Amino acid sequence: MEEVNFVTLDANEAVARVAYALNEVIAIYPITPSSAMGEWADEWASQGRPNLWGTPPHVVEMQSEGGAAGAIHGALQTGALATTFTASQGLLLMIPNMYKIAGELTSTVFHIAARSLAAQGLSIFGDHSDVMATRQTGWVLLSSASVQEAHDFALIAQAASLESRLPFLHFFDGFRTSHEVNKISILPDDVLKAMIQDEWVAAHRARGLTPENPFIRGTAQNPDVYFQARETVNPFYAVLPALVQRTMDRFAALTGRQYRLYEYHGAPDATRVIVMMGSGAEAAHETVDYLNAQGEKVGLLKVRLYRPFDSEGFVNALPSTVTQIAVLDRTKEPGSGGEPLYLDTVNALVEAWQGSMPRVIGGRYGLSSKDFTPAMVKAVYDNLSSETPKRHFTVGIIDDVTNTSLEVDPDFSVEADDVVRAVFYGLGADGTVGANKNSIKIIGENTPNYAQGYFVYDSKKSGSMTVSHLRFGPRPIRSNYLITRANFLACHQWGFLEKYDVLADAAPGGVLLLNSPFDADAVWEKLPRLVQQQIIDKGLHLYVIDALKVAKDAGMGGRINTVMQVCFFAISGVLPRDEAIAAIKESIEKTYGKKGEEIVAKNIAAVDMTLDHLYEVQAPSAVTSAVELIPAVSADAPVFVRDVLGTMIARKGDLLPVSAMPIDGTYPSATSQYEKRNLADEIPVWDPDVCIQCGKCAMVCPHAVIRIKVYEPELLAGAPATFKATAARDTEWHGQNYTIQVAPEDCTGCGICVDVCPAKNKSAAALKAINMAPQPPLREQERENWNFFTALPEHDRRDIKITSIRQQQVQQPLFEFSGACSGCGETPYLKLITQLFGDRSVVANATGCSSIYGGNLPTTPWAKNAEGRGPAWANSLFEDNAEFGLGMRVAIDRQRAYAGDLLMRLSAEVGDDLTEALLNANQNDEAGIHDQRERVAILKEKLAALPGNADAQQLLTLADVFVKRDVWIVGGDGWAYDIGFGGLDHVLASGRNVNILVMDTEVYSNTGGQMSKATPLAAVAKFAAGGKPSPKKDLGMIAMSYGNVYVARVAMGARDEQTLRAFIEAEQYPGVSLIIAYSHCIAHGINMGTAMRNQKAAVESGQWIMFRYNPLKAEEGENPLSLDSRPPKIALKDYLRMETRFRMLELGQPETARELFSLAQENVKTRWAYYEYLAHRTMEPVGDGNGSH
Amino acid sequence: MDLRTKYLGMELKSPLVVSANPLTESVKNLRRMEDAGAGAIVLFSLFEEQIRAEREALHHYLVYGTESFAEAPTYLPEPTQYHVGTEQYLNLIRAAKEALDVPVIASLNGTSLGGWIKFAKRMEEAGADALELNIYWIPTDMDMTGSEVEEHYVDVVRSVRGALTIPVAVKLSPFFSNFANMARRLEKAGANALVLFNRFYQPDIDLETLEVKPNVILSTPHALRLPLTWIGLLYGRVQCDLAATSGVHTGEDVAKLLLAGANVTMMASAILRNGIDHIHKVETELLGWMATHEYESVQQLRGSVSQINAADPSAFERAQYIRSLQEYKPNF
Repeated sequence: MEEVNFVTLDANEAVARVAYALNEVIAIYPITPSSAMGEWADEWASQGRPNLWGTPPHVVEMQSEGGAAGAIHGALQTGALATTFTASQGLLLMIPNMYKIAGELTSTVFHIAARSLAAQGLSIFGDHSDVMATRQTGWVLLSSASVQEAHDFALIAQAASLESRLPFLHFFDGFRTSHEVNKISILPDDVLKAMIQDEWVAAHRARGLTPENPFIRGTAQNPDVYFQARETVNPFYAVLPALVQRTMDRFAALTGRQYRLYEYHGAPDATRVIVMMGSGAEAAHETVDYLNAQGEKVGLLKVRLYRPFDSEGFVNALPSTVTQIAVLDRTKEPGSGGEPLYLDTVNALVEAWQGSMPRVIGGRYGLSSKDFTPAMVKAVYDNLSSETPKRHFTVGIIDDVTNTSLEVDPDFSVEADDVVRAVFYGLGADGTVGANKNSIKIIGENTPNYAQGYFVYDSKKSGSMTVSHLRFGPRPIRSNYLITRANFLACHQWGFLEKYDVLADAAPGGVLLLNSPFDADAVWEKLPRLVQQQIIDKGLHLYVIDALKVAKDAGMGGRINTVMQVCFFAISGVLPRDEAIAAIKESIEKTYGKKGEEIVAKNIAAVDMTLDHLYEVQAPSAVTSAVELIPAVSADAPVFVRDVLGTMIARKGDLLPVSAMPIDGTYPSATSQYEKRNLADEIPVWDPDVCIQCGKCAMVCPHAVIRIKVYEPELLAGAPATFKATAARDTEWHGQNYTIQVAPEDCTGCGICVDVCPAKNKSAAALKAINMAPQPPLREQERENWNFFTALPEHDRRDIKITSIRQQQVQQPLFEFSGACSGCGETPYLKLITQLFGDRSVVANATGCSSIYGGNLPTTPWAKNAEGRGPAWANSLFEDNAEFGLGMRVAIDRQRAYAGDLLMRLSAEVGDDLTEALLNANQNDEAGIHDQRERVAILKEKLAALPGNADAQQLLTLADVFVKRDVWIVGGDGWAYDIGFGGLDHVLASGRNVNILVMDTEVYSNTGGQMSKATPLAAVAKFAAGGKPSPKKDLGMIAMSYGNVYVARVAMGARDEQTLRAFIEAEQYPGVSLIIAYSHCIAHGINMGTAMRNQKAAVESGQWIMFRYNPLKAEEGENPLSLDSRPPKIALKDYLRMETRFRMLELGQPETARELFSLAQENVKTRWAYYEYLAHRTMEPVGDGNGSH
Repeated sequence: MDLRTKYLGMELKSPLVVSANPLTESVKNLRRMEDAGAGAIVLFSLFEEQIRAEREALHHYLVYGTESFAEAPTYLPEPTQYHVGTEQYLNLIRAAKEALDVPVIASLNGTSLGGWIKFAKRMEEAGADALELNIYWIPTDMDMTGSEVEEHYVDVVRSVRGALTIPVAVKLSPFFSNFANMARRLEKAGANALVLFNRFYQPDIDLETLEVKPNVILSTPHALRLPLTWIGLLYGRVQCDLAATSGVHTGEDVAKLLLAGANVTMMASAILRNGIDHIHKVETELLGWMATHEYESVQQLRGSVSQINAADPSAFERAQYIRSLQEYKPNF
């Protein structure tokens, strides 16, 4: 038996370690929650870390999961040991190859962080929907339930696959297991070696393609033999269960950890048994122990081997005393006779049970990482005890529609008293999660205690709240559900106390630690009433510290993590105080030592200063506060927003019943306005005297919180005292008032508006026409001003010169207050679309950042105007967005054509003039569109007056389509350059009137910055840790090669007029248009508040060439390509050094950086020369139809 | 003609030394400098403050936005190596030592006492033949007295000297109430040479953007006068070596400084302006002047027109300065 080496890590890392060690080729593609496995593999490979055979695997990033599966199939067919990691939609894309790999009896293991599938909505969280979609592929499905099991099963799967020749899908629950940090025993290399026999590897290699011994594999087969050939594999499946068990037994001999295919746990004479697989079995395991200790007779059958399903082995594992079985599935198959594991159980019992058949009931639990708790387990056993149990039940939700749900006792708990349960509420930016991961390491790796951490994030990218759930105890921790009885609860941000019921999960007699801006003797009075009440009722021990002050004094800025970590150790007593502080310091040295002594010194200073500022507060015995929680949404919110979305915002979405949910995933537009997040410490304040009214601040504002209105002076009557207005400067607006107003509670405080403001205060150069000022003192007055401002009428769109930014920015944004990062580089482009065309657009949005900040519940930013019009938005998938949008266009065109036909048929009734006008309306400007809308209104009136006319009634449902409709296909570079490129290319070739916006952040931003084909040469990204060695794909050039596609490359921060012009031209172009927009990103490692400067530098260095390619010009005999960039005027390295993604290469690998930077500079020169050549050619007219270049 | 001179206890083949400048970042350039006739090369300055700022910026941006969003716990891969500043510099020293025959002098600008000592030691360990302390610091604290400023300089020199075995030169500015006193105190603190003088950062205002902009101005020949004055005054009165820097552009400039008493003359601006081969041109000019004036060696001419050796010692002092003002006739 090996010496035990305990490490704390999450399952993604635990699995990646084994997979990396046991493979030669790893093909990867990022998808949550499995991305980290690929990232680890790539990082280790870039460091040259060897696999078990002493050589580093090749790690290759593909353009999609389909591509990864294809590459793995190829690698396997060539005799390599190969693997990949994926989840959810990614796994679906691998299915075609999976059939092939299994049909060819090929050894491999795919590791899956199991995740929900997109149905009525996307979810990144965990369940078995994806895995269940592969159960027909012929793969072995092996389920692990914990971090330790995931680590162990990665090895068992690999060994068994090599021995059996069958491919294995090793899966574990996304997030709950993949992201749970736990203390596990790490497998040493000699165990890996002992498990993998060389002859299996040799046999696998020998089956590979080689010209020395040629054969063909992958023939086309006919009715005469396909069937028989399909049956040849049966013996391999027949022996597989015994083979896997043998492998598990060998593993047990080496490690002491014995697993079984169908592992029974509980009373040997149990009458009620739950059958389930995955992480939920851990909660069930401890509940079984608890209930049996109370004298019950219950049991649990953990399913490890799900395919092939060994009915006999399964039945044999059940106690013969069982009379009631509940089978829990973490998936849903609408319309089936039951979920898959349930049906397999029924089948197994029918085929193999001897004697009186137990009653079997199926149920669903835990979809999309819905917490699965001992209380739910108990509810399932209680259901089994019922004489009339619910069949096909759900547990963990309230189903008041089809009444499937079981009653759950919220007070039932099985957690032991000797386990420290700590919950920390933090802000993403304050480092709470990082510090907690560190605490787990300190305790897990320095003490005999077991440790577990799980981290919950909210759905916004800016100002997000994090909740850390930490457990420490003397036994391995199976409690893999959120903590609801915290004996230590810390709130690292005072503001949360005013918004959320933070203390709901505090256990009586526990500790409450607050990061408080108020002194110990003043803090009580500042606490909201609910908090005071809970402190008194639960007898909580209250501690406070002004962590922000300590952190600032220590030079740590706003990162209070170290301070709060010290407080936790000091108060919780998990370790003796001195020992804990020494361990923290040692950990700081270890973590930050290589980053620089000053960083270490600041953290050490923070540690040393903390305890002098930590105070215990004796809570009074009476509630004195009048402060109430701030409502989740404003009082004027619509009912659905208040009752449903508001409940989600208040973090009580788990309590919403099925009946509260829209049945088909349809949600109202314009709901972000009701969620006042008050994130910004500082907000912009307008100085009308300095302002030149250029509109740039509004244009760049990522969250649409800076608005401009021009209005008649008399409308100022009744304005709040502090409402600001000045005379409009534009001569066309002579005599009108001009106001720039900030939405104080929606601003994220990025300051990008201030940075781009070109107007300087004549007396103090540091001040501009818009300046940042602390938000709290301004909140009330500016809220009032904002409300007055929004009530002012919008400018008549027909009177706005949209080619002038200062006028155009008066247009109302219909994309507002999104969940994007503070200072986001994508959202200003989306907002611009909605200002210019939002009231007539449908939007197809590729999955990615934009679908998340654009469509993640609770509230969403796509909005509508006072007439109720606005962008209609939908997200299909990541890989199909161009096709999705094309489908919209084709449908609209078909509807328009049919409506035209109907109108022609009805022209006598409707009137020839109106018919003619409707069919031939010029809708190239706002006036034309306005007139057409009026005609449609008249038409509808006329049609309504023809109730008996079938054509008229048909047309009534289609009449709106006579108004111009834009289709906008939007997404990021991961979609456009990689996974969706095939579809995008097809749409580019289609000639259809669609507008495509690629927000090019040059990495997969949403999944954490992995390289795409848009990533520039020399940039460091995940999967390109050594700097990307190849240049960025020139998507614009590819699109131009069609000749009939309008193509523009823009960078708002470099030339906003060019951006505006490109958007207008693209929309007006009667064919496919493609805009590639430079979108700075948090993944670039830049100051987001000054990021427009990065855009400018990218253009000035020639890295990003701005142009517009308009095929209409070619028809006029002009060169269609307008080069909107000037020749490079700064050295490329001056731009590259502005961004950490490049700079870190220079700092970390100077020699590589020198080489790649120089290559990149050469590329800039060559690319510029080529564009310049193209832009300066003289053209001949090419006649009608396609342009040319 | 014998151009050999002694500096920091080393015998140099020529008094023409390259002072710290960006061209010294590449070994290829260093080789060319040696080939062009440089007697020693001072590498570009390692700025402790900049290193710290770089490290902090890197750390800041690597953690910025992390652990905030379920799908993206981080945005950039964790670097396996942090070569921020020092390691690259130390590698340059090693590579330079490998590639060159002439002495390699490392240059350091520290901000903290600990930083000075730590970085200095690493430079010594990397093989630097000597170290130039580039005390590039503008005190702006209104509560800090002149004595405190001076004491800080002395502390730095004493501490570094105590920690190293290789020779230490001190490059500093002339802005002291009594530079002669400072020179003596620095010598007592252990300075093996004084490098006169540093050129301080003097920002400019951009009239279009109304922003204060850093703006490096290369030296002009008239900048020579200040080092010339003080080298002339100090020669023979301090035992440490004297290096002239600022305003060295021609062979004649070099000759003047050597006559005043410099052990070596350092060039940066002239090389940046005219290229590395300019060293060779200056050497030719110096040789030409020496031949014309029948000097045989640098040793022979060095300090021969210093204050103690000059025909009119008062010419180096204040009275002379006043006289020159009185004689100055504006040409409107």
